[in-house]
Amino acid sequence: MQRCDYLLSQLDVLEAESVHIIREVAAEFERPVLLFSGGKDSIVMLHLARKAFAPAPIPFPVMHVDTGHNFPEVIEFRDGTVARMGVRLVVASVQESIDRGRVVEETGRRASRNRLQTTTLLDAIEEHRFDAAFGGARRDEEKARAKERVVSFRDEFGQWDPKNQRPELWNLYNTRIRQGEHVRVFPLSNWTELDIWDYIRREGLELPPIYFAHTRLVFERDGMLLDAETTFANRGDDEPAFEATVRYRTVGDASCTGAVKSNAATLEQVIEEIAATRVTERGQTRADDRSSEAAMEDRKKEGYF
Amino acid sequence: MPAQETAQTAGPATGHQMDILRFATAGSVDDGKSTLIGRLLFDSKSIFEDQLESVERTSVDRGEEYTNLALLTDGLRAEREQGITIDVAYRYFATPRRKFIIADTPGHIQYTRNMVTGASTADLAIVLVDARKGILEQSRRHAFLTTLLKVPHLVVAVNKMDLVGYDRGTFERIVDEFTAFATKLEVADLTFIPISALHGDNVVDRSPNMPWYKGTSLLHHLEHVHIASDRNLIDVRFPVQYVIRPHASTDPELHDYRGYAGQVAGGVLKPGDEVVHLPSGLTTTITHIDGPNGPVEEAFPPMSVTLRLADDIDISRGDMIARPNNRPEVAQDLDAMVCWMTPDRQLTPRMKVVIKHTTRTARAMVKELNYRLDVNTLHRDENAPALGLNEIGRISLRVTQPLFVDDYARNRMTGGFILIDESTNNTVAAGMIVGAR
Repeated sequence: MQRCDYLLSQLDVLEAESVHIIREVAAEFERPVLLFSGGKDSIVMLHLARKAFAPAPIPFPVMHVDTGHNFPEVIEFRDGTVARMGVRLVVASVQESIDRGRVVEETGRRASRNRLQTTTLLDAIEEHRFDAAFGGARRDEEKARAKERVVSFRDEFGQWDPKNQRPELWNLYNTRIRQGEHVRVFPLSNWTELDIWDYIRREGLELPPIYFAHTRLVFERDGMLLDAETTFANRGDDEPAFEATVRYRTVGDASCTGAVKSNAATLEQVIEEIAATRVTERGQTRADDRSSEAAMEDRKKEGYF
Repeated sequence: MPAQETAQTAGPATGHQMDILRFATAGSVDDGKSTLIGRLLFDSKSIFEDQLESVERTSVDRGEEYTNLALLTDGLRAEREQGITIDVAYRYFATPRRKFIIADTPGHIQYTRNMVTGASTADLAIVLVDARKGILEQSRRHAFLTTLLKVPHLVVAVNKMDLVGYDRGTFERIVDEFTAFATKLEVADLTFIPISALHGDNVVDRSPNMPWYKGTSLLHHLEHVHIASDRNLIDVRFPVQYVIRPHASTDPELHDYRGYAGQVAGGVLKPGDEVVHLPSGLTTTITHIDGPNGPVEEAFPPMSVTLRLADDIDISRGDMIARPNNRPEVAQDLDAMVCWMTPDRQLTPRMKVVIKHTTRTARAMVKELNYRLDVNTLHRDENAPALGLNEIGRISLRVTQPLFVDDYARNRMTGGFILIDESTNNTVAAGMIVGAR
């Protein structure tokens, strides 16, 4: 930092903004919760939450919406992190939603529990009476997300109305809601994928091992490499599995999150690769966003992350 | 004059220190705004292949002749269907020098509130002028809104220079006309750049087509414009956001920890500084400043820190810490310029609202509507009975409890506020304080 000019680096500015948002929500809402998937964005968000209240503990629990279709490495990482940080973990299970008849499992080869998460998430928010849910979404990820507010209102059905959003000015966030409504809060709105990685490096944060190059049994579908070690992606007989050196750029449901071919085994190599890449992370690795031009907008309206 | 300089477009750098420039663009497709943003993103390698493919595919599907770069920025289904930008979209790109956040806002008058929103956090605004058409009502309105929101730097990009044969006289006439108009506004820093967004002239590199232009390219200007001194580093203002007390800690060190968390809104704070707490007026001394990575020697905007103080004073969220000899106004009567942002109802005298200012929220009443301002002509209508959606006017407010305020022109953080309608919980206005009692 160049003290004479009172300059801050871009990571310091982003960190200060995120900490401000997290504190503001903790101050103005009764029952916030932080959505934690074990992915890199939620790891950064949890780290920022810890900083926001240190030396006091984080004053809210974290929640994982568990599709049951997980990478085992990520669940292990999740449990280790939660134990180390001393935060309470709430698991909202899609399997339970299915068992209770709240949702019906999709059928067919491309069946995914990704969309079902929305119901599970909204049910859990209602059950635990959460009034604010922190999410790790970034505006650079996807075009519908580029229009998203930092503090984003959800009606009593959990729905997002993109055409009727509250104006958001300066660092003043409107946190007023009625009973039964809630807000989604995105402290990482202004971070880019590269900022996240730079910050992970600067702060020395640990990540699940699947973010780094490893040998994995995969198969190809729609131009993406899906996992063949778990059975979640419903690999057909005409979809041969093969070994490849891959890493994951995003961590989501194992049924629809693609791996990328990569030899980047260290943080430095991953950052180098991200800086040079010509494809967005969601475009490269998420089957769910490929279904249509407005796939994300539609899911978000229903109450998706 | 600058030698031949090239803006750095090798794509984003990693690992080293950059700062952030937030800038707002206002305009419609006709102005070439989307083309300009598309060019900045493309030339800084911030458009990805899958985004470009998706845009190309949609353009072809819609039978458009060229790849419509507006599709990149228009993210909502309704926007793509109607071919217009409705809401603010945030875009990101970086060069080895800086990270940029673009608040891309629509240009038409019915989206004034979106422009106001985008400008509220901007360090710089770009107003696009079509070289063929010269200064239009819309250009004046955009420039006015920029100065109303006190965006410190304004760039007038005279676009479509290719369509006027890169003519110096055309550019200079526009510069003269705009400069004359700008004397009516308080423009802090005004820069004119002749460009062609379509062909890239003076966008990233200096254009060989306009050798008479001695200034820098637009991207070079964005990379180098000095913004560090735009912050108020003089008046110490620390709105208390959250009180940190690790309660049941078994660690005796932490047992008595009591920290006041917040984001510095002005000035430079150091351990050892004498400070005053408002509203109590009690003075004390800063003993420690805890930053995100432990104790720091000083704190300044926009850092989020936690202050520890020498004396046990009853301090809570919504209070303010300042210097004993440099305090904000403690006021319940405010004069402010407001932009009305809701179609649901109008602003009228005697209306009751909720005001959120720094970390303090209170009830307030509109005492008076002094005038409504015509954003195109700057004419003041003192007989206006109300403010409707997107209208701007000057009002007097009576707040039920004291706020700790500065004029917006002095500090955007302690001079700006929002109004909320208690019946709908919607944000209905943005306000900028021009006087307080």
